Amino acid sequence: MIGGLFIYNHKGEVLISRVYRDDIGRNAVDAFRVNVIHARQQVRSPVNNIARTSFFHVKRSNIWLAAVTKQNVNAAMVFEFLYKMCDVMTAYFGKISEENIKNNFVLIYELLDEILDFGYPQNSETGALKTFITQQGIKSQHHTKEEQSQITSQVTGQIGWRREGIKYRRNELFLDVLESVNLLMSPQGQVLSAHVSGRVVMKSYLSGMPECKFGMNDKIVIDKQGKGGTTTDEAGKSSGKQAIAIDDCTFHQCVRLSKFDTERSISFIPPDGEYELMRYRTTKDIILPFRVIPLVREVGRTKLEVKVVIKSNFKPSLLAQKIEVRIPTPLNTSGVQVICMKGKAKYKASENAIVWKIKRMAGMKESQISAEIELLPTNDKKKWARPPISMNFEVPFAPSGLKVRYLKVFEPKLNYSDHDVIKWVRYIGRSGIYETRC
Amino acid sequence: MPAVSKGDGMRGLAVFISDIRNCKSKEAEIKRINKELANIRSKFKGDKALDGYSKKKYVCKLLFIFLLGHDIDFGHMEAVNLLSSNKYTEKQIGYLFISVLVNSNSDLIRLINNAIKNDLSSRNPTFMNLALHCIANVGSREMAEAFAADVPRILVAGDTMDSVKQSAALCLLRLNRTSPDLVPMGEWTARVVHLLNDQHLGVVTAATSLITTLAQKNPDDFKTSLSLAVARLSRIVTSASTDLQDYTYYFVAAPWLSVKLLRLLQCYPPPEDAAIRGRLTECLETILNKAQEPPKSKKVQHSNAKNAVLFEAISLIIHHDSEPTLLVRACNQLGQFLQHRETNLRYLALESMCTLASSEFSHEAVKTHIDTVINALKTERDVSVRQRAVDLLYAMCDRSNAKQIVAEMLSYLETADYSIREEIVLKVAILAEKYAVDYTWYVDTILNLIRIAGDYVSEEVWYRVIQIVINRDDVQGYAAKTVFEALQAPACHENLVKVGGYILGEFGNLIAGDPRSSPLVQFNLLHSKFHLCSVPTRALLLSAYIKFINLFPEVKGTIQEVLRSDSQLRNADVELQQRAVEYLRLSCIASTDILATVLEEMPPFPERESSILAKLKRKKGPGTVPDIEENRKERNANVDGGTNHTTTPPNAKTSPASFVGDLLAPAPPPTNRPRPVSSSSFLQTPLTPLPSQACAIPLAASAGAFYQVAAATASPDLLGLGSSTPLSSTPPALPPTAASLLIDVFSESSPGAAAAMAAAAAAPVAVSAAPVADDNFSRFVCKNNGVLYENQLLQIGLKCEYRQNLGRMYVFFGNKTSTQFLSFDTSVVCQEPLASQLNVQPKPVDPTVDGGAQLQQIINIECVSDFVEAAVLNIQFRYGGILQNIAVKLPITLNKFFQPTEMTSQDFFQRWKQLSAPTQEVQNIFKAKHSMDTEVTKAKIIGFGVALLDGVDPNPSNFVGAGVIHTKTTQVGCLLRLEPNTQAQMYRLTLRTSRDTVSQRLCDLLSDQF
Repeated sequence: MIGGLFIYNHKGEVLISRVYRDDIGRNAVDAFRVNVIHARQQVRSPVNNIARTSFFHVKRSNIWLAAVTKQNVNAAMVFEFLYKMCDVMTAYFGKISEENIKNNFVLIYELLDEILDFGYPQNSETGALKTFITQQGIKSQHHTKEEQSQITSQVTGQIGWRREGIKYRRNELFLDVLESVNLLMSPQGQVLSAHVSGRVVMKSYLSGMPECKFGMNDKIVIDKQGKGGTTTDEAGKSSGKQAIAIDDCTFHQCVRLSKFDTERSISFIPPDGEYELMRYRTTKDIILPFRVIPLVREVGRTKLEVKVVIKSNFKPSLLAQKIEVRIPTPLNTSGVQVICMKGKAKYKASENAIVWKIKRMAGMKESQISAEIELLPTNDKKKWARPPISMNFEVPFAPSGLKVRYLKVFEPKLNYSDHDVIKWVRYIGRSGIYETRC
Repeated sequence: MPAVSKGDGMRGLAVFISDIRNCKSKEAEIKRINKELANIRSKFKGDKALDGYSKKKYVCKLLFIFLLGHDIDFGHMEAVNLLSSNKYTEKQIGYLFISVLVNSNSDLIRLINNAIKNDLSSRNPTFMNLALHCIANVGSREMAEAFAADVPRILVAGDTMDSVKQSAALCLLRLNRTSPDLVPMGEWTARVVHLLNDQHLGVVTAATSLITTLAQKNPDDFKTSLSLAVARLSRIVTSASTDLQDYTYYFVAAPWLSVKLLRLLQCYPPPEDAAIRGRLTECLETILNKAQEPPKSKKVQHSNAKNAVLFEAISLIIHHDSEPTLLVRACNQLGQFLQHRETNLRYLALESMCTLASSEFSHEAVKTHIDTVINALKTERDVSVRQRAVDLLYAMCDRSNAKQIVAEMLSYLETADYSIREEIVLKVAILAEKYAVDYTWYVDTILNLIRIAGDYVSEEVWYRVIQIVINRDDVQGYAAKTVFEALQAPACHENLVKVGGYILGEFGNLIAGDPRSSPLVQFNLLHSKFHLCSVPTRALLLSAYIKFINLFPEVKGTIQEVLRSDSQLRNADVELQQRAVEYLRLSCIASTDILATVLEEMPPFPERESSILAKLKRKKGPGTVPDIEENRKERNANVDGGTNHTTTPPNAKTSPASFVGDLLAPAPPPTNRPRPVSSSSFLQTPLTPLPSQACAIPLAASAGAFYQVAAATASPDLLGLGSSTPLSSTPPALPPTAASLLIDVFSESSPGAAAAMAAAAAAPVAVSAAPVADDNFSRFVCKNNGVLYENQLLQIGLKCEYRQNLGRMYVFFGNKTSTQFLSFDTSVVCQEPLASQLNVQPKPVDPTVDGGAQLQQIINIECVSDFVEAAVLNIQFRYGGILQNIAVKLPITLNKFFQPTEMTSQDFFQRWKQLSAPTQEVQNIFKAKHSMDTEVTKAKIIGFGVALLDGVDPNPSNFVGAGVIHTKTTQVGCLLRLEPNTQAQMYRLTLRTSRDTVSQRLCDLLSDQF
């Protein structure tokens, strides 16, 4: 189990230090600083073993979060906890920065006391935490004894993520499907590897204790329904065309897993506010929003000609945004001339790349950039390794093909029905590591 | 030019550095550097000319980036360009970049060398200096090759500036160190020596360094430097502290130069010229005098500089080792330092004294400081100083103070640091032995040593004790008594148990008269330690017990009881078990006379170099241990034979091989108390007054091999005598009684011993003469498979196939032992005339046969014509180091090439009649050797190779056969008839063939079978 948790700034100064177990001494703090933060070579491994002590770290901007243990722990659990910890802190005070952490250190210690107990992760649900850990501090006159005991019973109860008696005038529900699409493509256009990792994020403002049921075009569910003969022809049609194969998925703790196992139906009592309902990954039938066609020609030892064409590959009615193509340049580049028809392109010396930005681009379009790179002759005989061209974008659909089929809300006790809930659905597809070799 | 107006500040560089310092993270730093690199690249692009200032600035930035740990792969050209600039700062940066970044295999090296050459030939001293520094800093072979000629020229040129000379001297020194082969001696060498007379002290200092290094390599070329150095030294020493101005360091005149000159003088023996010698002595005296003067400054630098010169002077005095007064003065001076506050000084004083102690003049003087040194040993806080104190005590030890020093070292040992304990133990052991006046003291000391630091006492130390005790009669009784008393301590170190077991086993009788140390008490005391000891010690104790049985017959019963107990007889350790079994048996069956002979006292060990000293030498490496006996030959009258360190050549002393021999030959107990089973050698050792050298030979040569024989052969051959007999001839002096006595011992009890003896008698025959075995030869006349030969070691099996005149024989060699046969080889001998009648071609075999394994050999046979003789198979192999020779007749007989021929009765008689010539028929009437069973006879005839023809002979009890013998040249038809007479137990065999020799041979062969 986690023996201690430290937060450092970029210089390696300790901002937060919380030790949960006796086997972690003060010197562990220094060990991490010396061996990881101040290491001569950049340490890339997120897990480091120093003097039989394991350090798991994540970095958020310039802040290092490190969990320390002497035991043989589940590393995935520790990282999940660290991510949750970041989420909780973001939910409380926004961006994780040195200043914010310094300003909220009392709150952070309070949170750390609550979400970790003797190194065992506890409730890290922001919604629940916010009921009893507030930024202002609990004011005694507002909280009666009854309320306090209610908090206790709710937090320790069966549905720890939602309290009773929530009331909204407008029952609203926001559902975001956020996906990031990863690609590695050969110069000839052959897909070497591609996968989509997606999240379904919800924001719910519902009264009472509603029971929700979520449906999507998962192949297994649709096949099952088709077999049972209970669904209409329409479902059968969609299964033939649009059903997607999910490789693996994880759910928020509110989802009843037993029901998912038996009926493949996702039913849950949602937490109040924002949360991530599920996470999934697909590798088949991915819609690749962009195709990058590179053309690199070396003209002698001192010149390089680069031509890159990008093609958008989705419905013309949709618009992709925040498109950025990054074309790496050799280390001995001494000058660059760029011509592009659309957007802006610039040679960024500090990053050794040409960065081409396009604000918007509709589907089924094509755009091109050409650049002339001058090189300085070096006495190094090493050949340029030609790193891949990478790309960033945002598209308003799910590249995995996932579709939300329904989201039903039942609240038997209160008098509102599924029709009264206002539901918003949004799809956002982003680029993950989207690279094409040249 | 704008560069001038900008000045030398290089603001851009300062800004860049401060930018990098302010970076919040590594990533930011890398970004900033990338940006800067891109900027520099665009500047260096070449389309616009850069002024010197910017070039310098960018090269500087590149250098900074490189020093931050990033790779730089451009800008070299610009740096080289800077070299040809006329500005000092630009040139300097260029040289800096080049000496840091340019590696030797760069393409630019030619350009760089060119630029350096230009600078060297320029008249500008600063430029020359820069170039020389660059050469020295890079110092690569290429540099040496390019400038090996130029640098000496500059050094000795008359018009060179002083500072350049200085640099040139140091540069040459560097080149001489990195690639000495490329810097040839030349006519400049003589002139270099004269630089010692230079006006400029800097030049002299640099030149002295160079000359010292060169003089170490070829001292003869620089002999002239001696007088110059002495002159220079005396000038410095006698000068007033203010005379030398810049070269006076905290009131000490040119300390570095003095030290270097003194070092240079240490390359040579004392000067022969009396004048120079006197002058040098004067100098050294002055230095020693100055040390006595009150310090001119309280600053530590002053005393450091002064002491540096002083210590170097003392080193020189010790090196010369010729002026008694100086040596004594130096010693006294060092004695003062022994109590100095400064730890470093105390350390240096002890170290110098160590070398002083080995000089005959100052040895006595050093000895006066013994109390201080002992005090240092006790009170010193720093372990390295204590270590030096121990070294010094060791070095200053002689017979007069040995007892005191050894006592002090022993008492220090109890608190000594673990890291130096083993060394102290060795030193104590050596000193105790070397200066032992009476051996009771020696025994006491070593036992104390084992008690105090048992874990650090190496094997050699206690081997040595035993060697000395065994060799000296006068100390044996005392040793036994002391050991007995020491063993009574509740907790004894295992080494003490070893010494105790050995000594009591040998000399326990000397103290048995005292009722307090009666035999039984002795035994019980030893046995009480038995269970706490490791296996080797237990084995040693078992040997001590059997010696007890000899010494004290009254405890025989008790000891036999112990040996008989399951924990001994069935011990999991083979060695212990074997010793127990054999000792028990020996004690049960041997008469007292035999026991007394077998278990006699060990003979004295031959005198040798002390193995301990060898160990200490190995530990410290040759040369570091002050070699006492070499340095003080006249004082070190050999104490006695036991400690006579015969002067073997030093290389022999240190070589591991001789060390092993050293261990083996004086063979302390565990090695020389051999495994009882190693029969003859075991007996030789205690039995005979042979020179131990001779004993050692069989032990070393045969012990291992011997033992394997014994283990492999079954119990009747327990002693492995069969194979050991040939060996026993190795030591020529061995009385034959040893072997026969042994057999006596065992023949009383075990019937197997008789067999062993028989085997022993038989074995030599087999080995030496190797007669051809043909016992089984006749068995193969009628069959093709079976065992041809078998003895204790080897089994030979056969399998043959014949077709017409060709045959193939598979020979299987089975190793019946568990050990490998080495150099296994076979050959087939066909003597004339057989060689022309029969072609026998064996295929080659592996030279080794593993224990229990079988080896197959194929032999191809071709019958050329009919033959009589048999081929012989010779087998040679080495088993346990003994060459075995076996010869076997190969059962290749003429009848093997039979092809059976079926024929009717009519045909048979027709042919029978055709072969009626008297030479063609052979008849033999013989008595039956086996029962006359019809079926057996039939089988034999068929096995013989002919077709058995039924119903040919009118008498059904007769056998008739026919066949054709195929040879390469001819085919010989053959008809036979066998008429048994059951009543008379006789046979009549008639053979008719077309060739008389064939008939005769076949008849002989077949007659043997019935």
